[in-house]
Amino acid sequence: MIEYKNVTKTYGANIGLEDVSVRIDKGEFVFLVGPSGAGKSTFIKLMLKEIKPDSGSIHFDSLDITKMSNRGVPKLRRSIGIVFQDFRLLPKKTVYENVAFAMEIIHMGPRVIRRQVPQALSLVGISSKASEYPDELSAGEQQRVAIARAIVNNPSVLIADEPTGNLDPETAWEIMRLLEQINLRGTTVVMVTHAKDIVNKMNRRVISIRNGRITRDEKKGGYGADDEEIGGAGLLLQGRLSGL
Amino acid sequence: MSYAIKQAFKQFFRNGAMSAASLFSISAILLILGFFFLLAVNVSNLAESVKKDFDTIQLHLLDSAEYARSESMMKKLKLMPEVSEVRYLTKDQAMEDFKKLFGDKAYLLEMRQENPLPNSIIVKVRRIEDVDAVVARAKSFDGIEVIKYYKEAVNRLIRFTRFIQAGAMALILFLVVISIVVVSNTIKLTVVARDREIAIMKYVGATNWFIRGPFLVEGILMGVISAAISAGIVALVYARVIDLFGTDLAVMLSTSFVPLDFMIGNLAVIFAALGAGIGACGSIISMRRFLDT
Repeated sequence: MIEYKNVTKTYGANIGLEDVSVRIDKGEFVFLVGPSGAGKSTFIKLMLKEIKPDSGSIHFDSLDITKMSNRGVPKLRRSIGIVFQDFRLLPKKTVYENVAFAMEIIHMGPRVIRRQVPQALSLVGISSKASEYPDELSAGEQQRVAIARAIVNNPSVLIADEPTGNLDPETAWEIMRLLEQINLRGTTVVMVTHAKDIVNKMNRRVISIRNGRITRDEKKGGYGADDEEIGGAGLLLQGRLSGL
Repeated sequence: MSYAIKQAFKQFFRNGAMSAASLFSISAILLILGFFFLLAVNVSNLAESVKKDFDTIQLHLLDSAEYARSESMMKKLKLMPEVSEVRYLTKDQAMEDFKKLFGDKAYLLEMRQENPLPNSIIVKVRRIEDVDAVVARAKSFDGIEVIKYYKEAVNRLIRFTRFIQAGAMALILFLVVISIVVVSNTIKLTVVARDREIAIMKYVGATNWFIRGPFLVEGILMGVISAAISAGIVALVYARVIDLFGTDLAVMLSTSFVPLDFMIGNLAVIFAALGAGIGACGSIISMRRFLDT
């Protein structure tokens, strides 16, 4: 499904990823963990072809996206849904419009949009708020809308970049159950996270990145000690995360 | 497509003040451009009509030359593809023409006993540039006293029109570049205001052209509106100028302004194309940084 082969990416003197090889199969649920700056973002950006590797290849399905031209990027991204820590909803659009927007911009017809948007909204359990605006919703509800937007075009992969980072523990678990449910429908889920508690309880595959290298890859793993944040900011973050 | 147009109008009106500023500057630039265009066209027109008077070469014949010889010269000249007309002018006929020029003072010429004017061959060339070739040919003939033609005057005229045309062209190019910068800055404001939306669009898999669409339409919209405004103003001013100076020009230079109804159609098309082009370029430039993947 997704395969990195000897991928290296540097930013000047800084290492993003170094000689990373990994394979993620269809339908997997994968946690990507590691300290800040370890290379998690680089890993995700490479998959989206936001950046290009210095060497190595990345295959998405049977397609080598490192060899693909930039014109192929939109098509690649249509098969990947993305959820961010800060939701990134458009404030001037209603919940319904935010989700419909994702379909409009890839030229879906109004009839398909009218059929699929309500389905996505009901799947994430936010149908009753369809006509409200993002700032009228709670953080958890906003993240549900973001997830609805990410899956409305039926992507084969859902990338969640710290989706629970801005949520209280209870809401975070609701979002996790939702992601699990989406995963059960056959969507591959790759989740970047610092939430130790969640990683440990979910008992799923864990890929740990540190200094640009994969240091651990376990089928049913937990959050390791060396995945913790280092330094002051890290400690602060840990304090918040340990509440999860 | 309908999405792009809807968005473009929204953006255009949401940034009312900046849009107005852009309209203003593009219109001003197109106005200047329009006047230079009119100037260039009229100078060319004037030059063309003046050139017509300079396409003549006079071969003054020696008095000793017999008519038979001049006939053979005329035959040879007629064979040249550059030549459109060859005609013989006797010295008597030349005198008659000369007298006409003097009008009621013609009696002054009567005082001379002998006609000092030569017999001559009048050659007309098809294109003013061919004068040299014909003159060179004529020089090889015997029996010619002098060849009269207006080479210097013509060259100067050609140089002058080329200078005006090149100058107008350079100025127009310069102004076009400036207006592209103005438009791209205005549109950049909308782009920045919508950068969140653009980022999301990119993540969801919108093509670059889809993202550009609304901004492209916005730019073209600005260009076309400005074109309409400035074409209108140019037409009004030009009509007034023709009204005021048209007859003077006709008297002084025996040529007239290129008529308005002929010009305005061309001008409108040129303005619309330029305006739309300026708008489109401006918007594409303003988006470049945001669409780099």
